[in-house]
Formats: sequence, structure tokens, C-alpha cells
Amino acid sequence: MNEHIIVRTTNVTKSFQLGRHELQVLKGISLKIAAGRYISIMGPSGSGKSTLFNMIGGLDKPTSGKVFIDEVDIAQLDAYELAWLRCRKIGYIFQTFNLIPVMTALENVTLPMIFAGTGNDEAMERGMELLRLVGLDQRHSHRPSELSGGQQQRVAVARALANNPAIILADEPTGNLDLKTGEEIIGLLKQMSSERGVTIISATHDFKMLNVSDEVIWIRDGRIDKIEQRDELNISMGTIE
Amino acid sequence: MERLAALPFAKSVEIAYKSIRVRFFRSLVTTASLVLAVAFLCYVQVVNHIATGLLQSGDPVALRALVRAGYDINGITAIGESAQQQWLVSLSLLVCVVGIINAQLMAVSERFREIGTMKCLGALDRVIMLLFLLEAGMQGFAGSLLGVLVGLLAGVASAAISLGTIALSGLPLAALAMTALQSILVGCLLSLIGVLYPAIAAARMEPVEAMRVEQ
Repeated sequence: MNEHIIVRTTNVTKSFQLGRHELQVLKGISLKIAAGRYISIMGPSGSGKSTLFNMIGGLDKPTSGKVFIDEVDIAQLDAYELAWLRCRKIGYIFQTFNLIPVMTALENVTLPMIFAGTGNDEAMERGMELLRLVGLDQRHSHRPSELSGGQQQRVAVARALANNPAIILADEPTGNLDLKTGEEIIGLLKQMSSERGVTIISATHDFKMLNVSDEVIWIRDGRIDKIEQRDELNISMGTIE
Repeated sequence: MERLAALPFAKSVEIAYKSIRVRFFRSLVTTASLVLAVAFLCYVQVVNHIATGLLQSGDPVALRALVRAGYDINGITAIGESAQQQWLVSLSLLVCVVGIINAQLMAVSERFREIGTMKCLGALDRVIMLLFLLEAGMQGFAGSLLGVLVGLLAGVASAAISLGTIALSGLPLAALAMTALQSILVGCLLSLIGVLYPAIAAARMEPVEAMRVEQ
């Protein structure tokens, strides 16, 4: 395959010190993710998928092993480069939405652009455009507390897209949503992936995600259990159903 | 890998200002002790300045009023703070700083998730730090201004009561303005000192750590 590899990890491990015990959450994860694909990282709670998600997103440092984004080892980046990576290259979506509570929907969406140095007018215009994309342009002046969970997550999706990132990392994006709203968010992510060519990497245990994923990485007990491509997936789904 | 440009200062000021405005009551609580401490500092100095003004006028009526109010004016040219006043002022400022640190620690820990999120969106450590310092600076300035106002009024009123209306006749305006300015500076400084440790702690946090905090 001559695809552009956007994320690559080599033998990543992560241990946490819990009192006197050392808990190894990731036990050597090596994977390659091609640009433009919709990837789901699946696994039961405690399997280490959120930890892996944090490593890929540059939010946490691996105990050993390396994470490459666009073939750049992110452990080598200084604070400014890391901030650039988080701001421009990656968009984050969280299970708990994590909108800034004191800011309006529009301000939340424009914040990453402001950090990126975009001018005020341009940021406002693009912010409204993104809110329109997620169907919330009418609610742009509302604070997160005045929006439903699904609406908050849609604002978060718009925020993740603010600087046209190459990668969107979504940690259990549907974990706090009901079935229907969850499906809406998944649909929105799939749309971004197919229309804009954004690489979506989503840690989840929501089986609704399987239908839209190009590739599913199953994590079990800190190791990669199996990696399934979409065509293989349909077969195994068939056997489940 | 490219590097992120620094956030323009005006933009940081705007974010800090909005943050205070939205959390107005939270800010009031944080600033309340500062208002009181600055008011007390200002009050003590205002009363002394007025008394000194009367003393230096050499007017016998004024001197008699000073003696009646309990001032010992033999052989001195200015009325300074007594040792007891100095103690009280220092203590009140100290208590005020501790109060601010306490309130700011609470305020910062309430905002851990917000800080973590901002870092995920590309905020540098120094941006987080700057935002907190700016907020504290603005709170300090507003609080000191209010404190100075209260202190000035209370000082003038107290001088008028203890010394009689003669105290109001020749207010040493230059000295009072100087006192007001000094008190505002002290207030801003205290506010900044109070937020320093909480802000450093917040800025240094790794984003995941900050977001893992239960709220």
C-alpha cells in the first residue's frame, strides 16, 4: 500500500504508578494509520484505549516507545511545536464534551482559531459556517449549559474542525449520548471523513461505530487483539447478528 | 513541525476580561478581602495625612483640635503611623494575601477541566499563566479602586468626626492622591502575589491530568 501514513506508533507502553504497584496499561502497541480513514479503537473499559488515545493525541507521554504524527516523533517537539500540533493538526472530541462553560457556542468554536492566530472577523465567519454545518447556527449565542448533550457534542465537533485539522481524535464521543443523538454524531463524523478527507480516530465501545469504520483496532488488556478492515468486519458482524 | 505563534496580548486581555465578567460573583468573593485590606491601608494613611496637614498649618485652632483628639504633637512635624497601626495594617495585608491565595486556589481547581481543554486546543503554558495573571491584575485593580474609594471616604469622615469640620478646610489633596495611587499599586501587587502559585500550578498541568479531575 502506498498510502500516506499519518499516525504511527512503535511499541508504545504506558505504566502508571499506583501506590507501590506499577500498573502497565499499554503493553507495546505498534500500529499504522493511513490518512483519510475512519478508525475505531474498540475494547472493553480498562483495556487502555483511552490511554492510547491520549498518546496519539500528544496529551500524554508514553513510558517507552514512540508516537509519530506525519513521521515526526512527537516526544521531540518543544512546547510551541506541540501546541501547534494540538491546535492545527489535531481536533479533539471528548466523551464529556469539554466545552468552555463560560463561553458561547460561537466563542467555543472560534477559540482554537484565535489560538492559531486567525483574525477576529475571519474566525467569526468560519465559526458560524462550522456551526451551520453541524446545524446549530441559530444557537450560536447560547452557553453550553443552555444546550442539550447532543447539541454540546455537535459544538465540540465544530470546534474540532476549527483549524481544518488532518486528524480528529474522538474519545468515546457517543458515551454520554442517547442512541439517536449518538448516531447523529457518528453520521457527522463520517460525513467529515468522506467529504473533507479528515482522518477520524475514535476510541469507543459503541458498536454503532462499526458500521461506519474503515478499520477497527481491537484492544484487549493493553495489547492489539486484532485489526479488522471494513470488508472483514461485515463478515464478522454477520456472524454476530 | 511548525510552531504556534504567541496569542496577541489584546486577545488575552479580552478573554480574561470576559472570564471575569461571566464569573462576576466568584470574582467579587475573591476580591472582597482585597477591598477591605486596601480600604484599611488607605484609611489609616488618609487620617494621618489630614492630621499632618493640620499640624503643619500651624493654625492654633487646628492644633487645639489635634490635642483634643488625642494626638501628641509636642516637637513633631508630621504625624506618622503608630507602631500599633503599622502592625494592624501589615496583618490585614497578610491576611488578605492568604485569603486571595485560598480563593484563587479554589477558583483554579474549579477550572482544571477548562484549563486542560484549552491546552488541548493549543494554549501554551504561558498563555494559561498570562490569562490568570491578567484576571488577577484586573480584579486587583478594580478591588483596589473600590477599596481606595471606601478608605478615602472613611478616612475623611473619621477625621471630620474626631477633629471637627476644620479637618475638611485644608485637605492635603496631593498627599491623598499619592496615598490613593500607592494603595492601588499595593492592591494590584497583592492580587498578583496571591494568584502566582495557583496560576503556576495550573499552567504546568498536563492536559490529561487536568481533565481527569472529577468535577
